[in-house]
Parts: sequence; structure tokens; C-alpha cells
Amino acid sequence: MSQNKTHDGKPLITLKDVIKSFGTNEVLKGISMELYSNENLVIIGKSGSGKSVLIKCLVRLVDIDSGSINVLGKSIPDLSQVELDKVRTDVGFLFQGSALYDSMTVGENLQFPLRRHKHRMRGQDEGQLISEALISVGLEHAIDMMPVDLSGGMKRRVALARTLILQPKIILYDEPTSGLDPITSNEIISLILNIQRKYNTASIIITHDMDFVRVVSDRIIIIQDGINYAEGSYANLSKSSDPKIRAFFKERRL
Amino acid sequence: MAFFENIKDLLGQIGDLTQFALRFFREAFRRPFEIREFVKQCFNIGYNSLFLVITTGFIMGLVLTLQLRPTMLDFGAVSYMPRMIGIAIVREIGPMITALICAGKIGSSIGAELGSMKVTEQIDAMEVSGTNPFKYLVVTRIWASTFMLPVLVVAADAIGLFGSFLVEQAKGDVSFTLYFNQVFQALVYGDIIPATLKSFFFGFAIGLVGCYKGYYSEKGTEGVGRAANMAVVFASLLVFIIDFLAVLVADILFEI
Repeated sequence: MSQNKTHDGKPLITLKDVIKSFGTNEVLKGISMELYSNENLVIIGKSGSGKSVLIKCLVRLVDIDSGSINVLGKSIPDLSQVELDKVRTDVGFLFQGSALYDSMTVGENLQFPLRRHKHRMRGQDEGQLISEALISVGLEHAIDMMPVDLSGGMKRRVALARTLILQPKIILYDEPTSGLDPITSNEIISLILNIQRKYNTASIIITHDMDFVRVVSDRIIIIQDGINYAEGSYANLSKSSDPKIRAFFKERRL
Repeated sequence: MAFFENIKDLLGQIGDLTQFALRFFREAFRRPFEIREFVKQCFNIGYNSLFLVITTGFIMGLVLTLQLRPTMLDFGAVSYMPRMIGIAIVREIGPMITALICAGKIGSSIGAELGSMKVTEQIDAMEVSGTNPFKYLVVTRIWASTFMLPVLVVAADAIGLFGSFLVEQAKGDVSFTLYFNQVFQALVYGDIIPATLKSFFFGFAIGLVGCYKGYYSEKGTEGVGRAANMAVVFASLLVFIIDFLAVLVADILFEI
């Protein structure tokens, strides 16, 4: 398990009493939390508990109904589109299904965010950044391949490289190991840990993979019925006597 | 009551489509302009549909002439064939057939492409990377479709007339010069201008409906299929409605 880190300084992300409904279905019912620098915050919860909606709210892919979200000192719901785009360059997002652009090669997928944010970058520098990002995920040979020709694990790694290319301060991972075999999952986990060490990023990770949680988490938040039900380190939560918390940590016996 | 539910659903969709079109006009003239993507879409929509359109146009010209010739012969008016076919193809058949072919090809491909991008979170990924997906995906495709359709219509008209000429030459020994002289003598601006203008509207409608259905497609692979299917149905229907309105307006302005 990674060592617990002390929270010094101001949080990078602060959520307070966030409420979000879709029609009559209230998904988030007043969630509050913080993310500190260099921290790996893991969010776990049953499917449909609103974890993915929560991290989408952080980058305003989903608008909240009430509450406040502060990312890197900026109040997300109040930002103009231009200001929001600036904040988004500092927040990487790894989507559950990788979300690579099907019509572009791997290299073009990585070039896309660069072209958007670093207009004045020279072609040579751009190429170097792309190749560095691909080397860091071990896929430098795949630069001209199309996403359709990649395996699930390779897609996830390319998506990770695309997330990294703007060198964000925070990375949001939406189930980064879901749908992968155990070996590929382990590769992705080590990559995430290496990236965190190399770039000093803070991360919010949504996952159901408890082995992953054990290895990567500094702090865990359990979401239940749209609220943060429990919070603590893996060591503390795994010893809890609360049956709802224990359900996440007990070994699976079929 | 299902009938009233369907009417309510249709009216709701017309309202949403109108809002989508208004958003297009708000975003279309604002910077940044996605020129590179627009050119790519012009290639995808225009060049990639060219073979289909000219094949259809050619067959249309051949068949129309073969079908009409015997009747014109009976009336002793076979010498009017080039004029009649020229006016029919340029005014109505060329734009309509091209628009319907494109509603099938372009409408469904845009609907399916954007629908699958939506389902696989590619549109969200684009937004997170600081790109306005509406501008990048929707505005470029609607512009490309609007500008490429008239080009395709001209190509279909030209090849359709050529097909008709081949039949006339084979059956009536009409020379190339004589045939096309007669065609151009028969055509006036009142034939060409409304036909060209309505082609722009056809292109706009096909792009708009394809993008609307794809951009708001429901989750899941079934949603993508339905988006592509509904894009074709709606776009074809709109093509007929626009054609009716265009003929009505042209009738008033040019006294057909």
C-alpha cells in the first residue's frame, strides 16, 4: 500500500454539498470532499451510485444543480468557457472506454490536445512531446496505428499518454482497469503509479478493483446512495465493522 | 392515444431541431473556425459520394430518355427530347435524386459517426481537451454538406444529360453539339437559380438532421443504429418539404 501523505496547504479540489439530479432521479445528494496535492484519492461505490457523474461534474461535463466545486482555486460552475478550457488543461481525464478518436491515428490523437492548447508550439517540439508521452506508456511503435487496430490494454495506455501530454496537475481516472485482464490491469496500475511519481500529479480514481485500491490509495471515499458514506485509509476502512463498508473489502467467495 | 403521443413527440423533435439549427447559426460565424476539419469533411462528404452520385445520375439520364422517347415519338415531338430532359433534370430530377441519395449516404454516416462518438465518450473527451465539440464536429459537417451538395448536383446533372445524349445518339443519331445546344437553349436562369439555391438548402437539411440525430443519440449501440436510421428518414422527409416550398417560391418569383 502506498504510504499515507500528510495534507499540507490548500486542497486542489474542493466540493461542497454538491447535488445533481437527472429528471426525478437524484444521483448526488450533497457530496463534499477535497483532493490535496500529490494525493491518490480513490472513490468506490456500487454501480450507479454516481461516481462517474461526480468526476464529470469536476470538469463541467455535467452541470451541477447546487453546491460548489472549486478546482485549482477556480469556481467551476461560474467560469466562462474560455476560463473553463484553461482549467481543463490542468485536469486530465482518463475515460472508462479510453475514448480515443476513431478517425485519427495514435499520433494524431496525442497531437489533438496539443494543437488546441499550445498553438505556438513548433512541429519538432510537438513531435518530441508526442514521442515522449508514447515512450512513457511503452507504445512508441504504435504512433501510426489506428485505434481500431489496438488491443483494450493498448487503447488504455494511449489514452493515458493523451491525458499526460498536457502535463496536468490533476488526473481523473474513471475505472482505468475495467474490462482488462489481470496482467494488463497490473501493467496499467504500475504505469499510473510511475506517472504519479514522475509528474507529481494528484489523482482521483474510480474503481471496483480492490487490489488496485490497496496498492494505489492514499485515501478512500465510499459513496453510497449519493452521499459520501465513509472516508479513510485502506487500513482503517478494511478493519471497519460496518457491514456496508465490509462488503467492499471482504474476499469474494462464490 | 398513441397517435397523439407520436404527434407530441414529433413536435418536440421539431422544436429541438430548430434550437439545434439556431445554435449552429450562433456558433458558425464565431471564431475559431475549424478550417482543417471543414476541408476534411468536404472531402468525406463530397468526394466520397461522387461515384455514387454520378452513377445514379448517369442511369437516371439513360432510363428517363429510354422511357419517354416512345411516347414523344408517338406525338411526333421527339425533337423536343433534349429540351424536355434538360429542363426535367436541371430543375427537379437532378437535385432531388442527388439529395435523396445523399440523405441516405451522408445523413446516415454523420448520424452513425457522431452517435458512436457520443456513446464511446469521444465527444466528452474532445470537450475536456478544450475543444468545442459542437463547433468541431457539427458546424464543420453542416457547412461541408451545405456546400458540397450543389457541387454533387451539378455533377449528377452533367452526367445525367450525358447519359440521355447517349440514348438520343444511339436511337435518333443526334450529335453531341446539337443535343447540348438544344438543352442550353431551353434552359433559362429561372430553371438554374432556384435549382441551385434549393440544393444548398437540401445540403443544409441533410447535414443538420444527421448531426442532430447523432449528437443527441441515446446511449448504447442500439441508439447509434437508431440515430443513423432516423437521420435518413428525417432528412429524406425534409428534402421533400424543402422541395415543395422551393417550387412554391420559385413559382411566385420566376413564374415557371
